[in-house]
Amino acid sequence: MADRRRISVTINGDTYEREVETRLLLSDFIRHECELTGTHVGCEHGVCGACTILLDGITARSCLMLAVQADGHELLTIEGIAPNEEELHPLQQAFMDNHGLQCGYCTPGMLTTLLEFLRDNPDPTEKEVRIAISGNLCRCTGYQGIVDAALDAAGRLREEAKA
Amino acid sequence: MGARAMGARVRRMEDPSLLTGRAVFTDDIHLPGTLEAAFVRSIHAHARIRDIDTSVAATMPGVFKVVTTADLPADLRSVRVPFQVPNPAITQPFQQRLLEDEEVCFVGEPIAMVLAGTRYQAEDAAAAVAVDYEVLPAASDCRDALADASRLCHADSDNNLCAEFKLGYGDASAAFAGADHIFEVSLWSHRGAGLAIENRAVVAEPDTLRDVVTLWSATQSPFLVKQNVVDMLDWPADRLRVIAPEVGGGFGPKTVYYVEEALIPLCAMMYDRPIKWVEDRRENFVATNQERDQYWEMALACGDDGKILAVRGTMIHDTGAYMPWGIISPYISATTVPGPYVVPAYELTTRVALTNKVAVTPVRGAGRPQAVFAMERLMDRAADGLGIDRAEIRRRNFIPTEAMPYSFGLIFRDGKPMTYDSGDYPRCQSEALALADYEGFENRRAKAREEGRHVGIGIANFVEGTGLGPFEGATVRVHANGKITVYTGGGDSGQGHWTTLAQLCAEPLGVDPSDIAVEVGDTGKIANGIGTFASRIAVNAGNSVHLAATSVRAKAIKVASHLLEAAEEDLDIEDGRIFVKGVPEVSTTLRDVARAVRGMPGFSLPGGVEPGLESTEYFSPPQAAYCNGTAVVEVEVDPETGEVEILNFAMAHDSGNLINPFIVDGQVQGACAHGIGNTLLEWMGYDDDAQPLTTTFADYLLPSAPDVPRIDMVHVESPTPNNPLGVKGAGEGGTIPALAAIVAAVEDALSPYGITLDDVPIMPGRLTELIDDARARTG
Repeated sequence: MADRRRISVTINGDTYEREVETRLLLSDFIRHECELTGTHVGCEHGVCGACTILLDGITARSCLMLAVQADGHELLTIEGIAPNEEELHPLQQAFMDNHGLQCGYCTPGMLTTLLEFLRDNPDPTEKEVRIAISGNLCRCTGYQGIVDAALDAAGRLREEAKA
Repeated sequence: MGARAMGARVRRMEDPSLLTGRAVFTDDIHLPGTLEAAFVRSIHAHARIRDIDTSVAATMPGVFKVVTTADLPADLRSVRVPFQVPNPAITQPFQQRLLEDEEVCFVGEPIAMVLAGTRYQAEDAAAAVAVDYEVLPAASDCRDALADASRLCHADSDNNLCAEFKLGYGDASAAFAGADHIFEVSLWSHRGAGLAIENRAVVAEPDTLRDVVTLWSATQSPFLVKQNVVDMLDWPADRLRVIAPEVGGGFGPKTVYYVEEALIPLCAMMYDRPIKWVEDRRENFVATNQERDQYWEMALACGDDGKILAVRGTMIHDTGAYMPWGIISPYISATTVPGPYVVPAYELTTRVALTNKVAVTPVRGAGRPQAVFAMERLMDRAADGLGIDRAEIRRRNFIPTEAMPYSFGLIFRDGKPMTYDSGDYPRCQSEALALADYEGFENRRAKAREEGRHVGIGIANFVEGTGLGPFEGATVRVHANGKITVYTGGGDSGQGHWTTLAQLCAEPLGVDPSDIAVEVGDTGKIANGIGTFASRIAVNAGNSVHLAATSVRAKAIKVASHLLEAAEEDLDIEDGRIFVKGVPEVSTTLRDVARAVRGMPGFSLPGGVEPGLESTEYFSPPQAAYCNGTAVVEVEVDPETGEVEILNFAMAHDSGNLINPFIVDGQVQGACAHGIGNTLLEWMGYDDDAQPLTTTFADYLLPSAPDVPRIDMVHVESPTPNNPLGVKGAGEGGTIPALAAIVAAVEDALSPYGITLDDVPIMPGRLTELIDDARARTG
């Protein structure tokens, strides 16, 4: 019989306590145990980046982690980025204004990756943005809208920081 | 309002739910009591199945049932996928069964389906199903498949040729006999896989009380799925409702229908449990259709002035083990060759080979990138051979703009004579050349040479039949609460249908697009539909929405004229209000009109109209609308590493009138990226036994952000006369010329080595090999 553990994970400020199999992927825990389905799974081998979440503020591929490894940690997923139900985060708004998404499947990983990147590098060059998202695959956009969105968001966030 | 309708850069209404994680994709659906499925798939490209032993798997934790052919109703055990698009050229139309228990013909062919409480349990049990195979010889490369009948794709066949057809017009032999010059090429085009980031996914929810099942599928074509499932299972059509929820990318492979989409609703009804199956990435590499190999032997005859006299040749197309989409891809390839040029005579013999690989059906571009590669390679060879500039030789051969509409003797895949409806090919090329600063290139090359760098430039033109029928319908309904909804059949997988169709609905109804909801991809919401593929939604659904909204407007005015006791011609609509021109206080609203035509028991409807403020239209285009464009690509190649960097990618694109340039720009950028990947990175490898070699994103490389430059684009707008909106499809145009233009640029960059490039993809290892050979030759 599969090994099970009781874990407690904070996601977007809410605490989820569950008993899970030790082999359960963190991505499956988030999506199917906590029913936060905004995080997407595209390859389950750590290359496409769609499942990227922030674990204690650092990007992690949730398909390459076990849920039990997240025990006691704080996660941020796409559902937790906007300030409230009505408003979008400046990064999300920049995606909308620059056609940074088409099907939206890679978007959760793009947003989390860029949140971390723009926090660490608030005034990046276009090349730096491209390298920052080089571990996130998008088949729809040809990336330009995403790159433009990231640069636009960087500007908005710098303005916000000044204010 | 006008600023937000046709032609406006409206922001996408799809985005907020996708950006906040609220959008629902198929795997996001959680139904109580769901069984999760995992498949046992063939590990051999070709084998006879001696035995399937499920005894261990069936007793494993959580397992509900291991389904094999023997568990299916007797009349469904040998039923095969319905043959979609017959063509008399097809002699061996092999199709898949729901599950195979006799002969498997590609790695990934489904043999058994395990149903369990969790996906983890289902996969554990799938691994414990023991299949005893007798391995058979497999056909891998399509040229060998035709040459060598000892490696048969299907054991009960006596050869691997499943279709052969000849297309052409004019007297090519005479033209070749009298030509000043003949140029020849031998080409191999390889395309790889569609690779939407969301894999395929299916959820079936049975309702045995009502004898209906709801099927959510990550498909581009819910109506085609429904039609095929009910045909294959011999079900009454009313038993099945198919919904394409949010779909995470399509790119062609999600157009066609797959056996999982029938097997899962069938088992859901048999066992009265919801069933979910989500394809994993390895399955996607082996069991989702691809489009790939074609070998071309082509020749071009021309005069001293570079004017084309004739083009002829042969092509071998790899169709994989089954042909659910018939010979659509190679047929499109064959009809795409002449493109934007005056080709007085043309002759192509196409042979379609069965190989022990997953089926070939269209991937973005659908046979066209290969054909454009063939034609444009011939143009480059002729230019180089005759010492004519590569842009100039194309200019000399363009179909003159004043010759539109232009017919030249081919029949397209829609069965209609190919008639280019509109387009300005010389202008497209000159716009692209200007965008790329083609004039200044030789200076840039000279400067690069001084710095020891190798840069090159390439040009490719294409013409693409888009917006194919038969139809895509739309219902525009003003509800009794005044809300407006548009319903249409084709699903959305990133194209922005909500926004685009809302714009088209908004204009006649005098409302803002944001006031309109759009529901796509649900067979329960509109009677008929087809799907989102072949760059067809703007033309088909777009015009249907336009016509339906226009007819709703006429009806609203007619009813309002009764309510307001004013003449119809005196009324106008703005912001949801219908008013007397010049007397805006005499008015009613779309909501009140909708309530009036809902009817009151015992009273007649005003003006004798039909009930409901709504209209359904099925626009059916008379023929394809021909989009065209030119790509001019500048690259730098590092001869030591074989790395290709795209310095500039200019694209002039003509898809007729633009509904929303914001969205079209994104389509072109994305399509170009797809072409860049196909040319420089993407290789779907198979070994000599047809065993797939590249089944992860670490082996099969997709372009990432540093690989794709900003596409410099210009839209030329030549409206088609073939539909009221004058629109053409825009989803594939970027992919089609990318291959030919990039290869030409790389070849040009390596001109000091005298290398010719005839195979794609051109990956670094291949380039350094060719460079090393060239260096060895020249000492």
